[in-house]
Amino acid sequence: MADDAVHELTAPYALDALDPSEARAYERHLAHCERCQRDLATLAAGAVALAFAAPEADPPAELRGRILVAARAERPNVAPLRPRLSLRSNAARIVAVAATAAAVGLGVWNVVLHDRLSSSHQALRSVAVHGAAGSVLLGGRNEGTLVLTGLATPPAGKTYEAWVIDRGKAKPAGLFGGGKTVVVHLQREVPHGAIVGVTVERAGGAPQPTSAPFITSAKV
Amino acid sequence: MTGAMARELAHLSDEAVVALAARSDEVAFAELYDRYGRVAYGLALRVLRDDALAEDAVQEAFVAIWRGAAHFIPERGKASTWILTLVHRRAVDLVRRENRRRTEPLDDAVLAATEGSAEDLAWLRLERERVQAALRQLPDPQREAIELAYYGGYTQSELAERLGQPLGTVKSRMFAGLSRLHELLDAPKGGTWQTTPFTS
Repeated sequence: MADDAVHELTAPYALDALDPSEARAYERHLAHCERCQRDLATLAAGAVALAFAAPEADPPAELRGRILVAARAERPNVAPLRPRLSLRSNAARIVAVAATAAAVGLGVWNVVLHDRLSSSHQALRSVAVHGAAGSVLLGGRNEGTLVLTGLATPPAGKTYEAWVIDRGKAKPAGLFGGGKTVVVHLQREVPHGAIVGVTVERAGGAPQPTSAPFITSAKV
Repeated sequence: MTGAMARELAHLSDEAVVALAARSDEVAFAELYDRYGRVAYGLALRVLRDDALAEDAVQEAFVAIWRGAAHFIPERGKASTWILTLVHRRAVDLVRRENRRRTEPLDDAVLAATEGSAEDLAWLRLERERVQAALRQLPDPQREAIELAYYGGYTQSELAERLGQPLGTVKSRMFAGLSRLHELLDAPKGGTWQTTPFTS
């Protein structure tokens, strides 16, 4: 492309009105053309003004949470200060990323995460559960949230009950029903090494599980 | 509500917040969204005219911002320009991929304004009015060329065909329209442009 012709691509480039091959050609030229760099600074400022002139519209509230989750999945716990990342923690991280990515699809989850991420720097981890589709998400202060999908409604007169099971002892952590997406903020801390379990109990809940949990998480 | 920690960033410039985000500071990244998410979404919706696609465009752009924050060079341009350029690019990529562009004139009525917190939006509204006023001062052919390109997602060649004008004329109108718009808005000198790869 002749140089003069390339200069003329500055305005369409600023408006994103070039096709990809034209844009690449222009960028190659731009890298060493001071005139185009100057022109583009001006024209891009004009183009960006058009963004502000677009009609006002409220983004849905859950978009914020979804973006934060996506960003975290993209660059989870970047650890330049922790050179001793073990194989195990890498594996755990991959699991967490996969679980987070899976959770991104859940609308309710976004609302949960929106609240947590927007107000804290805390690390968020995720562990898998067995017995149902879902995961346990863990915040920095051992706070846990159980997210399950496609959980049948419990039988009449019954409820689901979540348990935090630490060193063989189960403690009640909340009652809940079924649903397409179930989000349970666990009512007690989930210490390291504990697991989260779910049983079916009579309505009103039980102080101790009356059966083996049919849903269990991996150790957190 | 954006949380107490995010509010502590409120006094920082956009460029400083981008620098924090470049160090994987999620609160800073959330602050960027709080500052520009609304404009970004309004823009994406204008281009794409579809809620779900607009959300996709904004999300992809912000992930690109998070990914690219470390490469942002404040001396070469404003952070807001960088952010909204990425958003616009994603929206245009999507509109071309989805082939959603219509041939009838753009109609603002389909995008009826919705209300947010008036206090938070005051600045945004002023800016919108200011730009719209500047746009009204452009000669019609210039305004038409830049609006169809920017909001419609048309390439220069498609525009030339659509407007029945030679490509050179379209390019001149774009150049004149953008230059004049910049002049009318008296934007501060931005220094040299920082290249953002088109395909990011």
